[in-house]
Formats: sequence, structure tokens, C-alpha cells
Amino acid sequence: MALAKLKSDATQARLAGLTLPEGLDVARKDALSRVSAMGLPHKRDEYWKYTDPISLTQADPIAAAVFHSDDSPLFAGVDSVKIVFVDGVFDADASDDLSCAGVEIDRLVDVAAADIHWATDLYGTSEARGQVPVARPLAALNTAFATDGVVIRATGKAAKPISLVYLHADEASDVMLHCVVRVEAGAEVTLLETGPAAARFNSVLEVDVAEGGAFHHVRAQGRDHERRAVTHCFARIASNGLFKSFTLTANGTMTRNECILELLGDDVVAHVAGACVGDGDDFHHDDTIFITHDGLRGESRQVFKKVLRNGAVGVFQGKILVKAGAQKTDGYQISQSLLLDGDSQFLAKPELEIYADDVICSHGSTSGAIDEDALFYMQSRGVGRKAATDLLTLAFLAEALEEIDNPALADDLRDRLDSWLARRS
Amino acid sequence: MLEIKGLEVKLQEEDKQILKGVNLSIGAGEVHAIMGPNGSGKSTTSYVLSGKDGYEVTAGSVTLDGVDVLEMEPEERAAAGLFLAFQYPVEIPGVGNMTFLRTAVNAQRKARGEDEMSAGEFLKVVREKAKALKIDAEMLKRPVNVGFSGGEKKRNEILQMAMLEPKMCILDETDSGLDVDAMKLVAEGVNALRSEGRSFLVITHYQRLLDHIKPDVVHIMANGRIVKSGGPELALEVENNGYADILAEVA
Repeated sequence: MALAKLKSDATQARLAGLTLPEGLDVARKDALSRVSAMGLPHKRDEYWKYTDPISLTQADPIAAAVFHSDDSPLFAGVDSVKIVFVDGVFDADASDDLSCAGVEIDRLVDVAAADIHWATDLYGTSEARGQVPVARPLAALNTAFATDGVVIRATGKAAKPISLVYLHADEASDVMLHCVVRVEAGAEVTLLETGPAAARFNSVLEVDVAEGGAFHHVRAQGRDHERRAVTHCFARIASNGLFKSFTLTANGTMTRNECILELLGDDVVAHVAGACVGDGDDFHHDDTIFITHDGLRGESRQVFKKVLRNGAVGVFQGKILVKAGAQKTDGYQISQSLLLDGDSQFLAKPELEIYADDVICSHGSTSGAIDEDALFYMQSRGVGRKAATDLLTLAFLAEALEEIDNPALADDLRDRLDSWLARRS
Repeated sequence: MLEIKGLEVKLQEEDKQILKGVNLSIGAGEVHAIMGPNGSGKSTTSYVLSGKDGYEVTAGSVTLDGVDVLEMEPEERAAAGLFLAFQYPVEIPGVGNMTFLRTAVNAQRKARGEDEMSAGEFLKVVREKAKALKIDAEMLKRPVNVGFSGGEKKRNEILQMAMLEPKMCILDETDSGLDVDAMKLVAEGVNALRSEGRSFLVITHYQRLLDHIKPDVVHIMANGRIVKSGGPELALEVENNGYADILAEVA
């Protein structure tokens, strides 16, 4: 069957079961017409070549067992404004009061009902822009059908990080959440995201950083095993703005994290990094990044590290696009995998497209095993093979974790990785 | 202390015989040196003793205080008191020197059923020992051997040895890549560790190192065997006349 027909049938099947939520009508209808026109992704699409999207696009989600973790909640020691969603439904009792100095926080449903202008103007805007030149239909689907989310406006230096906690209780839950962040000129805010969220989770985060603003994002996905998630982060960053995003992924059956950044002003710094650890042939993890330099002296950095074992699959698709005139751009991209056995796979597709003539852009990608010489050296000093392998594995991931500015957050994630490794023989 | 009897070893991949019946007996507190031309099997001896992969022992035995070490994993040999100072210490990006040292010290203590060293106690001891080897705080913080000069790497090996307090130390061409001053510093570090209960096997090409680390016995290795043993004067003979005379004499 022709691809267009396949996609159109699949899209109609998926849309048939969905109803547009109330509010934000213009953006939702626009997104719906876009998703209908694009069609949902198919594995024959160029950007889904290494990741079959079927479980993300089919009408009904595949059930995922609820994972009961013996870990204490992540970032528990960090004083934050905690906002809890259980299977995508806001849990007022478990959440903190949404007031915080330096930042206005609202739920998406309230913003939609009250028609707050700045927010409704932003909703879906970055997502729509991010559809060119590469279509991201699942993000448009989210804009159309997201049931809730959080709208954040940083007007100064936010007194606390905002912590979104996504709990999963129903093994058949199919959730779409959409968050919008506006960082006003010179303002600064940190967003934390943790938890499995649902059996199937589709999230969109739109970030708009005004001149001199700073946005920090630290996210942990895991350690539930059956989660399927597609996440999108669309950011537009104005002059002297800072954007930093880090994601730790542990376990999960299918994870696709897309990050689409536009460095619009001059002297923008944008870093996106990730570390993932996967064990078993039902682990598939995909980082898809698209960074557009459209200002002078922009600095972008992509640092992605994956540790894969027992047939786990990791995918990295990262692109740097330097537009004409974006002189003195400094773009860096590294994607590396540590394959702990011969069964695991890492598929990397680094891309550079440069239209300015005075830029530095470097990219590298490696796949390797544990360094046997280092292993023997450590063993010869009395460190057991397992402990030595774990130390070398953490050392491999360290470069990505160094991308997190806040040492307390980085330490928490390092501890998680430590325990993840310790649980394995 | 260390007894090597009729040790025969071949390379697993190439089916090539490297050691063809090595016999060596090192008593407690003794310092033995092995000299020999390139390819004689000196480094192979050190790797086989410490348990590196890729070598197959086809005959013979190695015991440390009567215990068979050939059956042990490298880390078990280390915990049993065997230490190899590498000819080419390995760089380990991302693992802090201090973290590595502490992990190693405590892993060995744990393996021997001893209490782990507390962070405070460890820090105190390591600073003291590092100072004697002119290893500064910066070097302790850096990743293991990464960006270290040749001399720094060798000093770091001796620091590990000082912290781990092994009873049988094997030094594989510790003098290679060292200038005169660095060699002296390393030799002083080794000499400071000499004691009644600790033995050394010093593998070297040159007599020069043996001016600083005075051996009790010198062995000449050639073609996978120890062909001649004697006192320190044997090293001088090599220095003056090369190996040709000795090899001709034993042939």
C-alpha cells in the first residue's frame, strides 16, 4: 500500500478516538488540521527510520505494568514547587501551592478557560514553527489534544525550581500533557520533570526565552520498564539567552526525546544533553535533536551518552543548522555509546548544514566496549571486575552529567545511575 | 614468598610459546632483579603473575606464601598481596585518582575481611604518602593518569603501591621513560617501602635503576628462561659487556 494511504488510515484511526478539549480553540484546531495533513509518522519516514513509531501512533496504547519503585522520590532534597499529575490528571492534594516568588505558575486548563493572552499566544506557536523543515506530527497531535499541563512565566529569578512529578497508576493510561514556559528578559527558572507519567505518554514543552533570560531543565525518565513515551521540547531563545536541558533515561520500552532549538538572537548559549542506560532487547531509546543557529556568536552543545546491554537499542539523530549570517557560531555535538555486550546496538546520524562561512562546528560519534586495559589495571589494584566495570561506566556517563549546572541535581542523578548499575550482575 | 616453578606460557591468540620453564624463588624481604634482552619474556612474566588475559599457562606453578595464584582473578591476587607497577600505566578518563585509590584500598580490605578505611583516615594517609613522592593535591584530583607526564605516572604507581601495602611488588620497567631525577624519586619511594615482610621483583633493561634499588639477586632472562643468576655484580657485567657474553656462556 502507498505510504500516504497507510499514514492517512493510521491517522484517521488514531484521531477517531479523540475529542478536542475545551479552550485554546484556535491553536488546537490549527494543530489538528496540521496533523491531519501531515499524517502520523511511519517507520518509512526518514526521521523514523531507526525507531518504529507504531506503538506511539496506534489508536490504543499498549498496557504498561505499574512499576513500584523502592527508590525515594528523585530530587526529594531540593526545595521546589511540586506539581503532581497522576496518569495526566492533576493531583491537587499531592501538589504544592503554585505561588512562588519570581514566577507565575498556572495549570493549562485554567489558562485555557481564562483566555490569558500571553499564554494562548504562545501555546502551539513554537511547536508549529518546529515543524519545518522536519515534520513532528506527534507534537502537533499533542497541541491539539493535550488535556492539561503547566504554564510558567518567569518574571525574575524564580525562588525555587518547579518540579513536575508524573505518576503512573493505570496500566492502560494514554496521556498528553503540554507545558508552556515564558522566561522574561533577565529572568531565570529551573524546571524538573520526573516519573513515568503513563503507559503511553506524549509531552510537549514549549520554551520561550527572552533577552538575557535563563532556562534550566533537568529531567529523569524511569525506571519503570514498560513505559512508552514521545517527548518534544521546542525552544526559541533571544539574545544573550541561556537554555540548558538534561535528560536521564533509565529503562522504558520506547522513548523518543525530540529537542528542537532555535537560537534567534546573538550570543545565545544552548546546551542539550542526555544520558541513558538500557538493559534488554525491549529497550529502545531515541534522541532526536535539531538546533538552528540564526544569530551571531551562538554556542550550542549536544552531549549524549548511552550505556546499552543485553540487546538494548540506542538511536541518536542530531542536526546543527547554521543559517546564512549566523557568523561565529560555535556548534558542538558528541554522541557516544558504551556497548556492554555484542547484542546491543547504537545507531547514530549526525548532521550538519551550514550556510555561514565563519563558524566552528564539530561533531563526533563513537561506539565502544569497556576498555579492557583499564579494566585489568583496576582489577590489578584489587577492584573486582563488576565494580571496575561500573566505575568505568559511570566515568563514561560523567561528561553528560557535567552538563547539569546544579551540583545537587547532578549528584542525585549520579546516585540513581550508581544504584541502577549496582542492581545488575 | 613467591615461588615460580617450571612456568611455561604461550600467547593464546598466536599459539606462541613465550615462557619456556621459568624457575624463581624470592624469599621474604628480598629484592630480585630480572634483566634480559628485548623479547626474552620479562614483561610476560609480570603479566602472567598479575593475571592478565591473553596468556595460557601450559605448565608449572606460581605460589604466593604457598597459595596457588594462577587460579585467582587479578583482584584476588591483589588482595592476596601481589602488586604490579605497570610499564605503561593506564589512563582512565572520568575516574578520579583519589576515588580510584580509595576504591582499591577498600576493595582489598573488604576482600581480606578487614574494616574499610574511613574517608578522613584515608585522606590523611594518602596526603602524607603523596607528599613524599611529590604528588600534589591537583594530581590526586585529576582522572587516573590522564595528562600525567611519564614521571608522574610512575610516581603514581608507587603511590598506589604505598597505599595498598602489598607483600610482593613487581616493578615492570619502572625506569623506562624517566629522567635521572625522576628515577631517583621513584627509587626512593620504593626503598622507603622495603621491609622484612615485603619482597620485590624489579624488571629492568638497565643497571642504572639497580644503583638506586639495590637487589639481593640478579637474574638474566633470555628466550623464555632464566639463564643465569647471581649477585648485583651480574648487573654490572651486563652494563659493561651487554648480554652477548652471558648468552654465549650459557648456550
